Amino acid sequence: MFIQPTRQRWSAALAGTLGVGLTLGMAACSSGDSDDEASVPSAAPVDCAQYTSFGDLKGKTVSVYTSIVTPEDKPQIDSYKPFENCTGVTVKYEGDKAFETQVLVRAKAGNPPDIAFVPQPGLLKQLVETGRAVPAPQQVSDNVDKFFGQDWKDYATVDGKFYAAPLGANVKSLVWYSPQEFADSGYQVPTTLDQLKALSDKMVADGKTPWCAGIASGEATGWPITDWMEDMMLRLYGPDTYDKWVNHEIPFNGPESTAALDAVGAYLKNPKYVNGGLGDVKSIATTTFQDAGLPIVDGACSLHRQANFYAANWDEDTKVAEDGDVFAFYLPGKDATTKPVLGGGEFTLAFSDRPEVQAFQTYLSSDTWANNKAAISSGWVSANKGLDVNNLKSPIDKLSAQILQDPKAVFRFDGSDQMPAAIGSNAFWKQATNWITGQDTKTTVDNIEKAWPK
Amino acid sequence: MSATSAPITTTPPVTPPEVSAAGKARKRLSSPWASLIAVVLAVLWTVPTFGLLVSSFRPRSDVRRSGWWTFFNDPTFTLDNYRDVLDTSNSASLGNYFVNSFVITIPAVIIPITLACLAAYAFAWIKFPGRDVLFVAVFALQIVPIQVTLIPLLRLYVDAGIAGTFWPIWLSHSIFALPLAVFLLHNFMKEIPSGLLEAARVDGAGHVSIFFKVLLPLLRPALAAFGIFQFLWVWNDLLVALTFAGGGDTVAPIIVGLANLSGTRGTAWHLLSAGAFISILVPMTVFLLLQRYFVRGLLAGSVKG
Repeated sequence: MFIQPTRQRWSAALAGTLGVGLTLGMAACSSGDSDDEASVPSAAPVDCAQYTSFGDLKGKTVSVYTSIVTPEDKPQIDSYKPFENCTGVTVKYEGDKAFETQVLVRAKAGNPPDIAFVPQPGLLKQLVETGRAVPAPQQVSDNVDKFFGQDWKDYATVDGKFYAAPLGANVKSLVWYSPQEFADSGYQVPTTLDQLKALSDKMVADGKTPWCAGIASGEATGWPITDWMEDMMLRLYGPDTYDKWVNHEIPFNGPESTAALDAVGAYLKNPKYVNGGLGDVKSIATTTFQDAGLPIVDGACSLHRQANFYAANWDEDTKVAEDGDVFAFYLPGKDATTKPVLGGGEFTLAFSDRPEVQAFQTYLSSDTWANNKAAISSGWVSANKGLDVNNLKSPIDKLSAQILQDPKAVFRFDGSDQMPAAIGSNAFWKQATNWITGQDTKTTVDNIEKAWPK
Repeated sequence: MSATSAPITTTPPVTPPEVSAAGKARKRLSSPWASLIAVVLAVLWTVPTFGLLVSSFRPRSDVRRSGWWTFFNDPTFTLDNYRDVLDTSNSASLGNYFVNSFVITIPAVIIPITLACLAAYAFAWIKFPGRDVLFVAVFALQIVPIQVTLIPLLRLYVDAGIAGTFWPIWLSHSIFALPLAVFLLHNFMKEIPSGLLEAARVDGAGHVSIFFKVLLPLLRPALAAFGIFQFLWVWNDLLVALTFAGGGDTVAPIIVGLANLSGTRGTAWHLLSAGAFISILVPMTVFLLLQRYFVRGLLAGSVKG
């Protein structure tokens, strides 16, 4: 096994490999510097007038810690450039997929960032409880009143104190479909839940398997079902009951939850409806959520309920537009008059009240930032009402922004993100996975209720 | 180092056991059946890695839609994945992380080995009161799970004002490596016949020259073996790096870059195979270059050095 005589040759070959590796690393590095330099002047000329109120903050640094990593981080970082150029502040951006655990570790160890983009109200509460977070300054609070509204403000309010302005948002109440297929087969985009059901039946009658779904997502496997259930809860019982359910004022195994989960089961556990192009009902558990909608492009599946951020999963040559290969419609309400919207978003929680941190927080909560960001990114949307929908580039982002800004829309934040971690990022996911692989609805909701922290 | 052979000549020859254990093992393991099993195991163990290699050259849509084995029916070859992973205008680039990994790993290997060598010498050959108790204490530290130390350590680093630099990572890896390193090197040193050291002492050598001129050359395989262990551990470590280096590419090593490579919502997971191969390159090279020491280190105890 250990061939001594040829060792010399081996060493030479391997030294070569190592050399190549090093060169690659170095080359990557050096070209990086020149790229960075090249990209700075290319930033559009900015009118600094709107930034003068922040004052002169030259030489100051604000550190930002977030779960937004590649490729979404690039437009984030670029959207800070006007602020940086005008105020002289340097924003140090740190993206980390392990954000949700690490931010707690850092807060507890006394090493928090200046600003964290917290994607869950539940986590925000935990971070505030560490005692390191600072309430948002008045200007941010005013901006949120002006651009977001009370419901968003409440998500970031702990014990009567308002902490964090919303940043980006996502819209989960969407169903992806193929406009081409709809036109060819004469399908109409449904406007009520009953129509959605009728459409699914019609597709079955046409010999299709209408829905495709997938819930595998590493340790978070199961979350797409929680979104389904929340959407159904909102539609069947309305936002008030939804809030009670999320806050555990009604039990998780009550009649409402059971009916909501059964309503999901009518789609996802119906062997006639699923799992288009992927297998049987059980294949939902093993299909990754990233891949679950792809059969739509091949025509093996017609409908896929997933948030607007699913847009990033289509191949580059798939056109995402109303007249393209795939697009999404709003998952209809019980009737055409109600318009509940399930979604999520991040909040800009600060751990320092230095003037430059507050200035940056204010900038991020403003319509100025929302429009700057919209102009350079795709696959991003905000609930900021100051956001001009026409600034958004991709059709799906426009649709999402329209849904969020619709005065009839009633927005509700993803329930599992607000529930205690033992439920929202544990029992709910796991039981939902068991449910799709055969466990009945009653056992499922009973088990989640049992796991609820007393 | 050139003086290696000098002290040995003054030593009475140590007679090796008639049939060494290694010899017996070699005889038993070289039967054709054993070879066959070895080959099967090797193939089984290599197939996933091979699949990863094939995947890294397939285009995104193929990676997402079919398994790597379908590559042979319908070969479409692309270097795009590698380009994406290395191209620095892309924020997924591993370039900076790659360099960070070297900056982290090299001191994180040298510091514990240096300290452990000196400590092991003292434990093995210098008599001082409380030596055995202290040695057991050091060894017992091995059972402390590193997870419980993370937050307290980070707090100490923050107080010392070195959080966010390379120091916390170097220090942490050294701290976690030392108990095992001291124990292993101590055992290697203990097995060196005391006659060698006595002879050196008769020749007028003090502790320093015994350590550098007699022991260190003999310890080379042990040092290399532990060096490889530590190198692989540090290079492939995610937990320590995540906790002490955080996300951005200023101090974080390639494994952290790799963990973030798949994107916020896992949309770019087709890049992982290419990223993994770039990350594997270095430890594999190190292992292959040093493997003869590794094997000798594992069989150490003999003075054939």
